[in-house]
Parts: sequence; C-alpha cells; structure tokens
Amino acid sequence: MSSLIRQRWFPVTFGGLCFVAVGVIVEALLRLGILNRYILPFPSEVLAAMLRVIEEEDMIGRLGVSGLEMLASGLAVVLVGVPLGTLLYRVRVLRLAVEDWIAALAAAPIVLAFPLFLVIFGRGMGTVIALAFCFGLAPVVLKTTEGLVGTRQVLINVGKSLNMSSSQMFWKILFPAALPSIFTGIRLSWTFCLIAVIGVEFLVNIGGLGQLINDLAERYDMPATYAAITFVILVSVLFFILLERLEKWLQPAR
Amino acid sequence: MASTGEMILKASAADMRRGRASREARIVLTIRLAVVGVFFLLWESVSRSGLIFQDVVPSLFAIGQSIIKLLLSAEFWKNLQVTAFETLTALTIGAITGVIAGIVLGANRFIGDAFEPYVYYLSPTPRIILFPIMIMWFGIGLASKIALGALSSFFSIALSTAAGMRQIDKVLIRVGKSFRATSWQMATKIYLPAMRLPVLNGIRLGFGTSLITVLLAETKLSNQGLGYMVMSIYNRFDMAGLYALLVIVFAIAGLGNMLIGRLARE
Repeated sequence: MSSLIRQRWFPVTFGGLCFVAVGVIVEALLRLGILNRYILPFPSEVLAAMLRVIEEEDMIGRLGVSGLEMLASGLAVVLVGVPLGTLLYRVRVLRLAVEDWIAALAAAPIVLAFPLFLVIFGRGMGTVIALAFCFGLAPVVLKTTEGLVGTRQVLINVGKSLNMSSSQMFWKILFPAALPSIFTGIRLSWTFCLIAVIGVEFLVNIGGLGQLINDLAERYDMPATYAAITFVILVSVLFFILLERLEKWLQPAR
Repeated sequence: MASTGEMILKASAADMRRGRASREARIVLTIRLAVVGVFFLLWESVSRSGLIFQDVVPSLFAIGQSIIKLLLSAEFWKNLQVTAFETLTALTIGAITGVIAGIVLGANRFIGDAFEPYVYYLSPTPRIILFPIMIMWFGIGLASKIALGALSSFFSIALSTAAGMRQIDKVLIRVGKSFRATSWQMATKIYLPAMRLPVLNGIRLGFGTSLITVLLAETKLSNQGLGYMVMSIYNRFDMAGLYALLVIVFAIAGLGNMLIGRLARE
C-alpha cells in the first residue's frame, strides 16, 4: 500500500475519485429527498445535460467566439506588453517611476469598468476584447522587465566581449535569457484575459460561453446551467494546464 | 587598519553614491509628475476638442466635481457600507476555511498530493459564472454575494497557507511534538505564528479577488452596494459620475491591498 501511495498518479486519482464519490452521495441524498432538488439538480441530469447543451446550444460555436476574443486580447497583450516591458528595462528611471503604478493596475478591479467600455466600444466583441486587454496587460509588462533585468551579468559580458551591437545584444543575449520569465508573464496575462472574457460575456450577456451560462440561468434550466458551468471550468483548467506545460517546456532555455 | 587616504576615498565614494541616488530620485519624481501632467493635458484636450463625444471623455473638472459630490452624498456611504460588509464577511469566511484547508493540505503529504492539484487548477477559473448557483442556494440578497466572495478568496488563502505550512522549520514542529502539544496547540502555537507571512499574503490576494467578485455580483443582481451604484449611474448615463465612482473604488481597492501588505511586512 505504501508503495502505491508513493506513485505519482495514485493521490491525484484518489482525489478525483473522492469528487466522484461526492457526486454519488449528492445523487443519493437528492433521491432520498434530503437535499432540495429545486436548488440542486441530480448529478446524473447534469451529465446528460452536458451532451444536450453541446448539441442544442451551439457550445462549440460559442467556444469559438470566446476563443477568438481570448486570442485577440491575448495577442494584443503580448504585442503591447513585451515592447513596453523592454522599454521599461532600457529606461531605468522610467521603470522606477511607473513600475509601482503598473503593479497597482494588476490588482485593480478593472473589470468593474465594463459599463465604461460598453459606452466607448459598444455592445459587442470590441468591449470584451478591450477590457480583457486592459485587465491582462500588467503581468506581461512586469515579467518582461523582471526577466530582462535578471539577465546574468556574465552573459551580458560575453556579448560585450564579442562587440555585439545593441540589436544583437537584445536578440542573442537578453531576449533568450528573459524568455522563461516573459512566458510566465504571458501565462498570467492570458489567465487574466480568460477570466475577463468569460466574466464580461456573462455580465453583459454578449458573446460566447459566458452568455450561454447567463441565458441558461435566466431560463432556469438548472441541469443545463450546471453543465455549462462545469464545461467552462473544464475548458479553463485545460487551458491553464496547457499554458503551464508550455512554460515548463521553455524552462530549459534558462 | 585602513589608512586615512583609504578612509577618505571610501567616504567620497559613499557620498557619490548618495548624490547619484538623490539625483535619480529627483528624476523619478519629475517623470512621475510629467506622466500625470501629460495624461491630464491629453485627457482635457480630447475632452474639449469635440473629436470624441464629450460625455465619453468628460472634463477632469466635471469628474473632480463628481468625486466631491459622491463623497458628500449619504447614498455613497450607505452603499460603501454594504459592499464593505459583504467583502469583509466573505474574506473572514474565506480566510477561516482557507487556513483550515491549507493546514490540512500542507500537514499531510498524501492529502496535499490528492487534492492540492485540484485546488490549484480551480483557483484561476472565472468565479463570477458561479453566481447563478449562489443565487439558487442563497437567494438574491447579501448572502449570495458573500458566498461567492468567500469562495473566491478561499483558493488563494488555502494555497498560500499550504505552501507556508511546508516552509515551517522542522525544528519548531519537533519542539512542539516533544512538548506533547495537542493538534489545536500545534496549530495555534507553532503552525500559525510560523507561517504568518504567507497566510497574510494569501489574505491580501483573497481580499482583491473577493472585493472584485462581490462588486461584479452587485452589478449583476442587487439593489444596494457600490456595484449596484455603478450600474445605476451607468443607466442614468452620468459618465462623469461613473468615472468618479470607479476612481474611488480603485482607490479603496488599492488602499485595502496596501494596508494588508503593510500588516504582512510588519
């Protein structure tokens, strides 16, 4: 038994089985009438509703809409954030002046400004993308600067001893050395973007997956609402795992 | 023993470093003022130019007036009280459950390996989508917002506590065990004092997530709180008021974050 516990897969599988067991217990309690079926649907109904929602509510199409918004805001964050982080690295006094402000921006409840974005960008994808961009920008800027500042002096000295130009120094030494940190920033930023995209879609009732949850909740289709929420959580978790794998893959570059 | 010449050289080098640092501090302050000045100037120019519909970019004077008006209104303070109550209650519940869960995850390796990956991967998911479930369970009043805020703060506090638990010096744990401390004594006399910093950091992160979740839930379905106030100002299309309220809310969030951060550092 102790050798089984030491296996890496065993505890995680045990944890997963515990969640399944909770589902089975909830199903039993609902059938026995101990839990109220009007506020908690049968887990078996939720599983069945998952297929219904995928087929009847155009889940894949909605996933595409949310994915597109995510992609647009994610790309914009990288295209603006990495150069901005590099600028802060190059101009030390500018970094000292605004770095704290950017860090404060990362903690600010920017999503609450969605009514403002609705007025400026209208009721459509523009609002979702712009808000996700603003919400996700700070981490990539901060991590790019951190990665470039943290480049080992010995690497910079090697570049200088080879008489590298400023551009060569950046592309051959600084950027590759900072890449793992930059990707950590991108991972954080894209996580923020995903939260903003789904959150704003849900709040404003526009777009893809967030809107679907709102629609189903307003129809009081409980099993479908739970199924859609489960689906979005699963998609989010898969997205994070994928980003983390990519980040680990980049680690040897350090 | 250092010669007088060496001492003079060291003193002058230190003076130079101090001089360079104070010059740099002056430049940083100038840049900050310049950034703020340029931002204000651009904003006011765009507002007065008529290039953009003026209500979208109201003048700074109008926003300033609205800030003062809001701060003097009883409605703002009443709504602030509601949001503060919801956020602090949510944070308290999230902190108590998060610290207990964190101690359990951090104290037992098997339980940590079994459940921590799930807590870790669920922690960054968009929590606001759980609001319909919270409404079904707790109704449309304050309780559903508190529950959602508590759930939001739980994850970061549990993960920070579990990480802090693993960093505790093993000697402290052995000392506690050698005194035959009970589980409660171990938790209150050894674990919690030793991991104060990660727990407070988790609470700081939890405060941010719980505040934003409570505010967003208020914008969705509520008749009180700052989130509700944002929506009612938006529905009146009072853009200067909307900017003013957002500035105040951002300032409150920053202040709360700073206070908990300072508490953690002290």
